[in-house]
Amino acid sequence: MNVSSTFRVARLIAAKDLRVEWRSRVVTNQVLPFAVLVMVLFAFALDSDAVLERVAPGLVWLATIFSVLFLVARTYAVETADGALDALRSAGVDPMGIFLGKTAALAAQLLVLEALLVSAAVILYRADPTPSGTVLLVTTALVATVGLASVGTLYGGLAAGVKGRETLLPLLLLPVVAPVLIGATRATESAFRTNGIAVSEGWPWLGLLAVFAAIFSVVGAVAFGSLIDE
Amino acid sequence: MSSDGSSTPSAAIEFVDVVALIGSFPALAGVTMRIERGEIVLLRGPNGAGKTTLLRLCAGLLPVERGTARVLELDLTIDRDSVRRRVGLIGHTNGSYPDLTVTENVRFWGRTIGATDDEVASAMERMKIDGRLADVPVSRLSAGQRRRTALASLIARRAQLWLLDEPHAGLDAEGRDELDAVLRAAAAAGATIVVASHELERAGSLATRQIEVVAGQTREVGGGS
Repeated sequence: MNVSSTFRVARLIAAKDLRVEWRSRVVTNQVLPFAVLVMVLFAFALDSDAVLERVAPGLVWLATIFSVLFLVARTYAVETADGALDALRSAGVDPMGIFLGKTAALAAQLLVLEALLVSAAVILYRADPTPSGTVLLVTTALVATVGLASVGTLYGGLAAGVKGRETLLPLLLLPVVAPVLIGATRATESAFRTNGIAVSEGWPWLGLLAVFAAIFSVVGAVAFGSLIDE
Repeated sequence: MSSDGSSTPSAAIEFVDVVALIGSFPALAGVTMRIERGEIVLLRGPNGAGKTTLLRLCAGLLPVERGTARVLELDLTIDRDSVRRRVGLIGHTNGSYPDLTVTENVRFWGRTIGATDDEVASAMERMKIDGRLADVPVSRLSAGQRRRTALASLIARRAQLWLLDEPHAGLDAEGRDELDAVLRAAAAAGATIVVASHELERAGSLATRQIEVVAGQTREVGGGS
C-alpha cells in the first residue's frame, strides 16, 4: 500500500464529491431543508416547551441520522448515475483512498447539517449550552460525525450495487448507528444541561462514540475494496 | 523487446486456454487468442456468447480460473490491480460525473494516476472536446460528446489498452463517424483497442481484425474490411 497515493486519491475524491454537491445544490436545497423541517414538525407534534427542552438532544440526533440516509444515498447516486463507481473500480483506483475521500466529503456535509440542527434546537427548543457545554457539543459532533460518515460510506457502498438500495440502506444503517444515537444524545443532554445533568457527565459518552468511529473507520478502509468489487 | 528477452514484440493480450467463471457457470470456456499492440480488434458474436465477459476479464475485473492470461505483459492471475491501472474499459455507461464540466471530468480521471494539466489538455485536444465544450457540464453534452469525454479520460489516465463494449450504441451517424476517427487516431498513436459490438458493418470497417466469440470460446474470422 502506498500511503501518499492513498491520501492523494482521498483528497481527489473528497474535492470531487464536494464540487459535485456545490454544483447540484441537492444538499443545500433539499437535505438541509428536510432536516430543519423535521425539527419544526417535532415542535408542532410535541407542542410543549418543557417537553421540547427535555427531548431536544434526541431530536437533533434523530434528525441528523434521518438526514444521513439522504446524504449517503446522494453520494452514491452521483457515483452510479453514469457508472462512475464501476469506472473507479475498473481503473484500479485505490479503494482505501475512495473510502477515505467519500467519508471526508460526507463528514464535511454532516458538520454543516449538525450546526444547522443545533441552531434550530437553540431557536425552536430553547436549548442553551454553556461555554463548557459548547466545547462538549462540538467535540461530540466531531467524533459522532466521523463514525456516521464512516459507517454511511461503508454501508452505502454495500447497497450501491443492489436492487432496491433506497429501502435497503435504512434497514442496514439504522440499527448499526444506534450506539451513535445513544452516545451523542447523552453527551448532548449534558451539553444542553437537560434535566440539570452536569456537563462533566457527558464526556464519558465520547468514549462510546470514539470506539464506534475507530471501528468503522478501520473496517471501512480495509473492507471497502472487497465490498465494491465483484 | 519482450519480457523473455527475445526481439518479438510483446502482445497486448495473450490468452491460452483461459477459463473464467461467473458464479459456477463457465462464461469463458478455454479462450485462446493473441492481440498485438496497436491493433483494433472487433469481438463479434451473439448475445450471451461471452463478449462482455471477455472484455471484463481483459480489464482485470474477473479472476482467471484456469489457463495462462497476460495483458500488457502482466500476469492476470497474480497482478489484476496493475492491469486495471493500465487498461480502460468503457461499457454502456461513460463513467462521468454529469454535474461536473468536461475539463473537470477529464482532469479528475487524469489525476487518479497523477497526470499533469498538460496531459489533460492534450487528451481533450485529441478528442476535440477542448474549446467551447471544455467548460460545459457533461449533463448538457450529446451522447457522442459524452463518449469522447470518456475516451479523453482514458487518454488522460494513460490507458494503453482500450476495451469498448458497444461503443457506437446511442450515437447518431455523425457521432459514429467522429468516434471511428478518434479510435483510428488513438490506435495510430499506439493504443490497442478491442471493441465488442453487434454492429458488424460499422465496427468491422473500423477493425483491423475480427474474433468471433461463441459459447465462451473464440475463433479468428479474418481481417476487418
